[in-house]
Amino acid sequence: MAQSAFTLERSAPQETALSRLWSWLTTVDHKRIGKLYFFTSLFYLLVGGLLALLIRTQLAVPNNDFLSPDTYNQVFTMHGAVMIFLVVMPLNAAFFNYFVPLLIGARDVAFPRLNAFSYWVFLFGSLLLAASIVLRTAPNAGWFAYANLTNNTFSPGHNLDYYSMGLQVLGISSIASSLNFVVTIINMRAPGMTMMRVPIFAWMTLITSGLLLLALPSFSVGLIELAFDRLFGAVFFEPSAGGDPVLWQHLFWIFGHPEVYILILPAFGYISEILPTFTRKPLFGYPFMVYSGIAIAILGFGVWAHHMFTVGLGTVPNAVFGTTTMLIAIPTGVKIFNWLGTLWGGSIRISTPLLFAVGFLGMFTIGGISGVMHASVPIDYWQTDTYFVVAHFHYVLFGGALFAIFGAIYYWFPKMFGRMLNDKLGQVQFWIMLVGFNLTFFPMHLLGIDGMPRRIYTYTEEMGWATWNLVETIGAYMLGVGVLLMAYNMFTSLRSGQPAPADPWDGRTLEWSIPSPPPVYNFAEVPVVSSRDELWERKLKKQAVPAAVKGGSGEEAEGIHLPPPSIVPMIAAFGLALAGGSMVFKEWILVGIGLAILLFSIIAWSLEPNE
Amino acid sequence: MSHANAAAAHADAHRTSTGLSHNKLLMWTFLASDCMFFGSLIMTYMVYRGRSVTGPYPDEIFNIPFTSVSAAVLLLSSLTMVLALAALQRGKVKVFRVWILATALLGTLFLGGQYYEFTEFSQHGLGLGTNLFGSSFFVLTGIHGTHVGLGIIWLLTLFALSFRGLVRQDNAEKVEIAGLYWHFVDIVWIVIFTFVYLLPY
Repeated sequence: MAQSAFTLERSAPQETALSRLWSWLTTVDHKRIGKLYFFTSLFYLLVGGLLALLIRTQLAVPNNDFLSPDTYNQVFTMHGAVMIFLVVMPLNAAFFNYFVPLLIGARDVAFPRLNAFSYWVFLFGSLLLAASIVLRTAPNAGWFAYANLTNNTFSPGHNLDYYSMGLQVLGISSIASSLNFVVTIINMRAPGMTMMRVPIFAWMTLITSGLLLLALPSFSVGLIELAFDRLFGAVFFEPSAGGDPVLWQHLFWIFGHPEVYILILPAFGYISEILPTFTRKPLFGYPFMVYSGIAIAILGFGVWAHHMFTVGLGTVPNAVFGTTTMLIAIPTGVKIFNWLGTLWGGSIRISTPLLFAVGFLGMFTIGGISGVMHASVPIDYWQTDTYFVVAHFHYVLFGGALFAIFGAIYYWFPKMFGRMLNDKLGQVQFWIMLVGFNLTFFPMHLLGIDGMPRRIYTYTEEMGWATWNLVETIGAYMLGVGVLLMAYNMFTSLRSGQPAPADPWDGRTLEWSIPSPPPVYNFAEVPVVSSRDELWERKLKKQAVPAAVKGGSGEEAEGIHLPPPSIVPMIAAFGLALAGGSMVFKEWILVGIGLAILLFSIIAWSLEPNE
Repeated sequence: MSHANAAAAHADAHRTSTGLSHNKLLMWTFLASDCMFFGSLIMTYMVYRGRSVTGPYPDEIFNIPFTSVSAAVLLLSSLTMVLALAALQRGKVKVFRVWILATALLGTLFLGGQYYEFTEFSQHGLGLGTNLFGSSFFVLTGIHGTHVGLGIIWLLTLFALSFRGLVRQDNAEKVEIAGLYWHFVDIVWIVIFTFVYLLPY
């Protein structure tokens, strides 16, 4: 064992630019992988935001020809795909990676190399999907890619091949990382941390991972069938052969609706960590938060057909799915009231994370209410495919998921990088974004009720939609300013920010008991946990904060067993993405080479000493 | 830190909250996900059952006796898998090698049967794009066959590693986990065989 025990001393001498790059390429440290996810997805946030601004610029005035109809199709499709698969999911993955081990008192995830593999697969898969934007043959059938718009007759270019291959590769990344987090959270909790003492964010990570594992396969199968149709002439979604386009919708939404909870449950986790810290009160109704999270996940599997009310499934299925959809409002409402209960009577400290958390509460509730509205089938008949739906899901995914993520960035950035973000600038950003957000998306309710359809590239003057569309565009640019402010804030903080103490917020959970940024081994001594708010408890009892060690020098790491770095995960990921990417162009030799690289690196992986 | 402490710390690093090893938990979790994967493929087949607009139709080309034999071959490989694990757990590495090789061979025999079946069907005019039956049948059974193929590679790797002393009585769990996967793939075949072949058309 000794020869492979990795210590800091060994990696320290003579750091060159090349060795630093190599150390990132071979890293298996969950914190570094978390940072890689973090910066990659922030980059895609700029890409997705830019696509949104293209949409809003096109729609700012009637009869605009800023974008051609075909480009517009590509832009709105990729805006959705990028924001969902390359921004919100990986930003959540960044926080899963960085903070779940810290929250549960572990030194790493259960499978560090599998974790690195997940990141590299994500990176290469995202490049495959994003390459289509640069080549101007991006997927153009909506992020849901309804059959039979996607067959070779109606979509002869490579557009949908990027979709099927890019998302398939990204799905493998999600499956791998979900397996890892399920095992990590179930199996690597610090002594004394029973399941009912696990911080809510880690709980939501567990539930999200479970959802991904059970929901993604349905989409993978749909993508496989789509790829077989397009590349090998199968007839799965070919109506002339009896193929049923509605089957695609089922396969897609059996994944697609749980996906909504995959995007939002981590947000519930951030809010549940931020609110108690900034109100100095334990989370109100912890068990209810856990059980309602589980209830949402289970119910989330029984509601997919509410995306298909107008398909013509019949009255009985529609009534059933409408009812199950309304049921989800109950556990979600429980959560909202518990957060309000946490705020109630607390000594609230106004700061950027708290503002975003409260902003989340308001915006998510509005989105939730409009969600209950179109859970009602007759109302949905009226609202479906209008801007009302666009308003709804931006309230839950932007005002919900992204606001919570921004809050989490301000909350955890000091721990990740050892520097404080400028709180005043953060508060300015929050207000700009709150106003910009509501200017952009609230009028969409009104336009939707007035009948403005989704996905149209322009509209005429006579429709009377011009004013609100212009307002929305102004709001969207305000959101852009907000995102740039955050980028500026991060940039200046990383260069010259105020150094962050170990515990800047008087935190409750274990990550605040170790230095900012944490040493490579996280906890010099694995903490023994006796309470939900372990750190508060210790501070209250004036117990020694566990493991108060200086980071970086490495002497303390002696004897702590850390996995050695490895390049194999990246090579395996490269092989996988090469095979996927070559499928787009039907380059079968390259597909074979990619699969061979994957197979041999997996065998090398299993032979590599890892303990 | 003294050597004894380091060893204790190392043992501590392998302590898990549930007592179940990480690897075994990973495999169970993966199989849950794979259930949904095969579930979706089988659902596709069932939805499209009887909806092909042109032939050949399943009852025209299925050779039930042949497929029953190859199904029996695959099920038999589950027995040899159990025997391989049992041998290793009792420390009998040589017996383990015999059974694990037998398992891989039975798996290969099954794949050979599938290859023969696919060729037969294509001679009867059933291609991937001929009709819905062709698409859903070949993709479902082909993906199952790929699972069997990966399993064979895994079993042969274990076989080879046993000669380098890397598969032993004290880490027989490696084989147990491969066995979980192998049995799962067999069980999936029972479901496919029942729904695809045996259900009266």
